[in-house]
Amino acid sequence: MSTTETNPALQRDSGNASFGGMQARSEVSINTTARVSIRNLDFFYGDNKALKGVNFDLPEKQVTGMIGPSGCGKSTLLRVLNRMYSLYPNQRATGEVLMDGKNMIDPAVDVNELRAKVGMVFQKPTPFPMSIYDNIAFGVKLHEKLNKSQMDERVEWALTRAAIWEESKDRLDRSALGLSGGQQQRLCIARTIAVRPEVILFDEPTSALDPISTLKIEELIDELKRDFTIAIVTHNMQQAARCADQVAFFYLGEMVEIAPAAQMFTAPKQKRTQEYITGRFG
Amino acid sequence: MAQESDHIVRSFDEDLKKLRDMIVRMGGLAEQQVADSTTALIRRDSELAQEVLSRDTQIDQLEREIEAYCVRLLALRQPMGADLRFIIAAIKISHDLERIGDYARNGAKRSIVLASLPLTGSLNGFGRMARLVQENLTAAIDALVQDDAEAAKRVWGADEPIDDIYTGIFRELLTHMMEDPRNITAATHLLFVAKNLERIGDHATNIAETVHYAVRGDQLPDERPKSDSSAYTALRPKGE
Repeated sequence: MSTTETNPALQRDSGNASFGGMQARSEVSINTTARVSIRNLDFFYGDNKALKGVNFDLPEKQVTGMIGPSGCGKSTLLRVLNRMYSLYPNQRATGEVLMDGKNMIDPAVDVNELRAKVGMVFQKPTPFPMSIYDNIAFGVKLHEKLNKSQMDERVEWALTRAAIWEESKDRLDRSALGLSGGQQQRLCIARTIAVRPEVILFDEPTSALDPISTLKIEELIDELKRDFTIAIVTHNMQQAARCADQVAFFYLGEMVEIAPAAQMFTAPKQKRTQEYITGRFG
Repeated sequence: MAQESDHIVRSFDEDLKKLRDMIVRMGGLAEQQVADSTTALIRRDSELAQEVLSRDTQIDQLEREIEAYCVRLLALRQPMGADLRFIIAAIKISHDLERIGDYARNGAKRSIVLASLPLTGSLNGFGRMARLVQENLTAAIDALVQDDAEAAKRVWGADEPIDDIYTGIFRELLTHMMEDPRNITAATHLLFVAKNLERIGDHATNIAETVHYAVRGDQLPDERPKSDSSAYTALRPKGE
């Protein structure tokens, strides 16, 4: 693509929030190659404009966190990124979501092609009422024709990458509904990555999980960013701080500020961001 | 800190106010120690010096309290942004104030010895230096209380006159020592007292820097205006 585009937010100020001798400078330089570029994106629920002129990039193999109060548009944005909204007649998006030079929200782009590239993990684990193996194989079969041994290999790969292989390898033929909440969520992540997407969208992936399962998902996200470009919507600011390389703050459908996580949570530039992250409104 | 609106969780505002009050109390105590220690020196008042010595434990105690309170707030409130910066600033400032207290105590100790020795030269420079140092210290703490980054920046840049007086005292005392070796004991103690005041001035500028970061979230440059040239001073006896 178009992979030469750079993210203006990250160029402007690469996380040099610092404190006297204690430098909080990000030691890992942030990859600024855009995998997805969002340009002038507006979104409408009927007459209601839910996203207003949103512009930013998802840098390749980085985690972008999206925070903001309920109704700010962050989940709407995720739904735009894999065109989930197209299932509903009154919803429409204008602007560009560029990947490999194509505008992915253009109806001319095949939605199945898009969803093979952009996977999504939801708030509540949503395993299909079938075996663990079939949960993984189901999505793969829609996109690829694999023989038995290839499929076995793919299932093991996906479960391993989602850090649930060890717990599930002896019960692959058993129902996925017998797994714990945290395991189910990791299974859903395995199901998402089984079709080998390039971008994974997480919509509050741990809000239904206990703290330990939450940390396992966060560790997994950290692991997955070696291979995938990730966007995560979360209500938990500490989670955004722990997981994300860059963080975008949304308010009333606008993206107010985007910055490296260290800067966002120590010294944001905008007053509204400052008030939100310090718990003064929201 | 953006104080324009309150936290949704009101008890957090109360926590931060309490922390602010603790820093103000500690700052006031440190200012008083510097003032009394200098007065004890100039008036050769060993009784006042003893009071300074005995009060130092209060400062040490406050530093420990502030540190424990900050750790508690970090763990329980998980602060972000300006709140986080303020709490970290409180830890750093309490450390600076504790050092200031130590320097004042050391000056008080030396003033007790000095009161038993003949007076060596004029102590006017000490009075002026202590006044400037105290002014800066007060202004730095006020800047914290009022979230005033500009005031903090002024304090940060106002250390030069203190350095100038220090350099002057340094040269004067060297001269006294060369004139009469019997002055060496008193002059050496006085050199330490002057150095202590100069160090207190530096801690006041540290506090100002910290306040600036706490309020604004960005840093003052690495280099601040300095003019202490005593490190390069060498007086040679006549004829050498």
